[in-house]
Amino acid sequence: MARIIGGIATTHVPSIGQAIADKKQNDPYWSPFFRGFDYVHYWLAREKPDVAVVFYNDHGLNFFLDKMPTFAVGAAAEYCNEDEGWGIPVSRAVKGDPALSWHLINRLVADEFDITMCQKMLVDHALTIPMALMWPNQKWPVKVVPIAINTVQHPLPSMARCLKLGRSVGRAIQSYPEDLRVLIVGTGGLSHQLDGKRAGFINKEFDKLCMDKLASEPDVLANYSIHDWIEESGAQGVEFVNWMAMRGALNARVAEVHRNYHVPISNTAAATVVLENRTEAEVRAA
Amino acid sequence: MVQDIPGTTVFDGGQAQKGYALNAMCYSFNSADARAAFLADEDAYCRKFGLNEEQRSAVKRRDVLAMIEAGGNIYYLAKLAGIFGLNVQDVGAQQTGVTVDEFKAKLAAAGR
Repeated sequence: MARIIGGIATTHVPSIGQAIADKKQNDPYWSPFFRGFDYVHYWLAREKPDVAVVFYNDHGLNFFLDKMPTFAVGAAAEYCNEDEGWGIPVSRAVKGDPALSWHLINRLVADEFDITMCQKMLVDHALTIPMALMWPNQKWPVKVVPIAINTVQHPLPSMARCLKLGRSVGRAIQSYPEDLRVLIVGTGGLSHQLDGKRAGFINKEFDKLCMDKLASEPDVLANYSIHDWIEESGAQGVEFVNWMAMRGALNARVAEVHRNYHVPISNTAAATVVLENRTEAEVRAA
Repeated sequence: MVQDIPGTTVFDGGQAQKGYALNAMCYSFNSADARAAFLADEDAYCRKFGLNEEQRSAVKRRDVLAMIEAGGNIYYLAKLAGIFGLNVQDVGAQQTGVTVDEFKAKLAAAGR
């Protein structure tokens, strides 16, 4: 049976892609952020996932306002990145796992998540930059199932709904008969706002609350409305929906084994978290 | 959604309808040919997408707050800003009426 090993949450700011291309990982501006991935590399080398299910939000590469799905699940054998218009390097493609994708799609719809199914889907920096951060040699040892959550066009799905989506994905993975080690990834955040007179808004205290509650009490975070989230975390801080979905896919008990937080990267409070799944037996033994 | 958060325009159905043409033009800038066509003849390119007067004027003035007022969404507008070599710090500085260095200093201060 497929087994979820844990989850990784990370910021996906586009300029990280440029910093990687320019080999700026050790520059004073960038190193506090990139150093936060040393543990991630160690953990991934130890845990060796076969597949990554990635919750992310498209910023206008694949989806436009003509048709904007709230939740979209990729079902392709390969996902390409393309020119996003602002000059960051185009990433190499990622391999898909159509069999797992269709299993998730079937289970999600049976579970009343009426998602959009995508046999062709471009993936933007919100998926490719986390890949590049997790596997810095830019060779992907995992297949990927991308799940895009709308953060562009309001109304957005609530934090509570995205936590439930993640829980449904988690149950679906655990019922998948293949012997796969599955990593769950949630990208984006933390607090930031790009638009309006409030541009540059960052809320360190709220970000700390988010990271503190993510592992142990995600339902506390699920109580915030999107409106209140924008107030606390900035207009683009709502990307935390991806973190909520990632958390939902994990077990009720998880251990936070790594956290890194640094302000600013570009206009954003940058954060990286690694959560490890715990079984009930492990919890009892501990 | 209630539009009551200071300095913030939530991109709701009203904004999305109002801004459709402007955002459609910005979305086209994923293509290098589209970016070149815009630079070659900005007026013709804006006409092609049917920008209204308010949107055309905001683009002409490179005024991001006015573009948002006219229905622009920042994710698409960032592609337009990229044509002029402006990143999100430049755009943030413009919207908040400070220099880029001041804007960056404000971000750094938020981390302390």
